[in-house]
Amino acid sequence: MKLPHAAIVAIAGTAVLALLPLVAPPYYASLMVPFFGYAIALLGFNLLFGYTGLLSFGHAMFLGFGAYGAAVVAGVFGIKSFEAVLVLVTLAAMAAALPIGFLCVRYVGIFFGMLTLAFGMLFHSFLFKFYHLTGGDSGMRVPRMNILGLEFAKYNKIEFLAEPFYYYCLALLVIAGLLMWRIVHSPFGLHLRAIRDNARKAEYLAVHVRRFRLAAFVISAGYGAIGGAILGFRVGLADPELVYWTQSGQLVFMAVLGGFANFFGPIVGALAFTLLQDQLQSLTQYWRFILGAILALIVVGFPGGIVGLAEGLRRRRARAA
Amino acid sequence: MSALIETRHLSKAYGGFLALDDVSIAVQAGELVSVVGPNGAGKTTLVNLLTGLLQPTSGDVLFMGTSVAGVGPVTLADHGLARAFQLIQIFPQLTVAETIGTAVVSRQKKRWRLFSPLAADGEISARVRDVANIFGLDHRLDTMAATLSQGEKKLLDVASAFALDPRVILLDEPTSGVSTADKHGIMKTLIEAAKTAGVQGILLVEHDMDLVAAYSHRIIALSEGKMLADLPTADFFADPRLIETVIGKRRGH
Repeated sequence: MKLPHAAIVAIAGTAVLALLPLVAPPYYASLMVPFFGYAIALLGFNLLFGYTGLLSFGHAMFLGFGAYGAAVVAGVFGIKSFEAVLVLVTLAAMAAALPIGFLCVRYVGIFFGMLTLAFGMLFHSFLFKFYHLTGGDSGMRVPRMNILGLEFAKYNKIEFLAEPFYYYCLALLVIAGLLMWRIVHSPFGLHLRAIRDNARKAEYLAVHVRRFRLAAFVISAGYGAIGGAILGFRVGLADPELVYWTQSGQLVFMAVLGGFANFFGPIVGALAFTLLQDQLQSLTQYWRFILGAILALIVVGFPGGIVGLAEGLRRRRARAA
Repeated sequence: MSALIETRHLSKAYGGFLALDDVSIAVQAGELVSVVGPNGAGKTTLVNLLTGLLQPTSGDVLFMGTSVAGVGPVTLADHGLARAFQLIQIFPQLTVAETIGTAVVSRQKKRWRLFSPLAADGEISARVRDVANIFGLDHRLDTMAATLSQGEKKLLDVASAFALDPRVILLDEPTSGVSTADKHGIMKTLIEAAKTAGVQGILLVEHDMDLVAAYSHRIIALSEGKMLADLPTADFFADPRLIETVIGKRRGH
C-alpha cells in the first residue's frame, strides 16, 4: 500500500533527474551537483532528526570531513580514485562521530543541539586556525579525480560535472536512498522512531535508547561525509565556510523546507533550496532575506514542508473525488 | 526458590528526606501482590527502584535472585520485567502494530537488523497480531496511536508491555484515567492476558481499594516510606485501622 506509492515517486523522480542533462544547458546540470551532495547528506541528517528526534546544529562538520577528507586523500596522498575517497572519508567521519556522538547523545533537545553546534564550531576553528595543516581561510585544493577508474580527460570541468559526474552522483543518491529506505523500514528503524516519539516508554520496551541514538548519529555522519566529498569535488576546494555553523543551519533549513516527517522531504528540500538560491541570487542581493521569509512562512503555515503540502493537497483531492 | 522480584531492606533518601525506609517485599510465582498507601507513601519511589530507574541509598533489589539495583529499565526489560505506566505512555506517531512491534523486536532480539524489512518478517507480525488479539486491538493494527480513544491507548500501553513476554509485570495504577465502569473490565483483560502470556507474577500499585480487594492475593501497605503491613487480602481487610490509615489519609489530601 505504502511501498508502491513511494516506489512510483522514487522512480519518477530518478527519471526526471536522469533526463535533465539531456534538455538543460550544462551550466544547469552542473548546478545540480551540489543538490546531490546536500540530498545525500540530508538523508543522513534526517535519520537523526526526522526519525530519531535529534536536531543537530553541527552537521556541517561532517560535510567538512568529506570535503577535507577528499582534499587529503586525493590532494595530499595522491589517491585519485573517487570511490576510494568516498570509502575512506565515510569511515573516517563515522569513526570521528563515535566519540563526538557518545558525548552528544547523552543529552536531548536544545542541549544536544548546542553540543553539536559547539563541536561544529570547534572543528571550524581548527580548520581556520591550523593554517599549515588545513590552509586556513583559503582552504585545501580538491583535485579532479577518476570515477570508476575513468579519467574523462576529454571533458572540461563543466562538461565533466554536467555529464559523467552528474550521473555518477545520481547513482550515488539512488544507492544512498535505497540503503536509507531499508534502514528506516527495518526493526532498527522502528526502534529509532519509538525513541523519537517517547524515549521513556521505549526504555521500558527494552529499546537501547542511547546506543541507538549513537548509531543514528554515526550513520548520519557517514552520509554527511559522502555529501561533503561531492561538494568539495564540485568546487575543487575544501573551504572552512563549508563547516561554518550557517551551513549547519542551511541543512536544517532544507530539511524543514522539504518536510522532515517524510522520507523524500529532505531530498525535495535540497532540490528546492538549490534552485531557489540560484534564482534568487541572480535576481537580488537580498536573497537571504527572501529565503528567511520563506522559512518563516513554512514553519508557521506549512509545518509539513513542501512534501507535507503536496500530500495534503493529494489527500484533499482524493476526498473530493 | 528465590522470589521473582524482591527488595531487601530497601531505602531511598532524597537529601535529608527519607522517601523509602527499610522496605522488604517479595512477589512469588503465581502471585498478584498489591502495593497500597496514601499519596506520598513512597509508592512511586518503590516502583522507580524496582524498575532500576533509581539507585537505592541502601538495601538491594533482586530479580530472580540477581541484584538489579539501579541497572536501568532497559536491562530489567531484557531480564523480563515489564511496566505499564500510571499516565498513559504511547508513541503518538506509531501505529498500533508498530507500537507492539517495538517490544516484539526487543523480545526476538532483532533490534540490530539494519537492512532487513520489518514488514516481511512473519515472525514479528504473527506475534504482533497475537498480542493485539488478546487486547482486542486486532482491528486497529494500522491506526496511529495518537488517534486512538483514551481506553484504547491504555490497552495499547499495556499490550506493548505484554509483548515483551515478561515474567513479572508491574502495573502502576493500570485503571487510572478510565471510567469506573470500565475498571473491572480492564483488570480482567489484564489478568487474563497475563495468564495467556505466561506472566508469573504481578505487582499492582493501586488507589482503588475495590480493585485491590477483588484481585490481590496479598497486600503491602506503605505509609510515609515505611512498611505498615504485608498481609493476605482477607487479613488486610479484617483490620479496620489499617484501612483507615490507607484510605483516610488519602481522603485528607
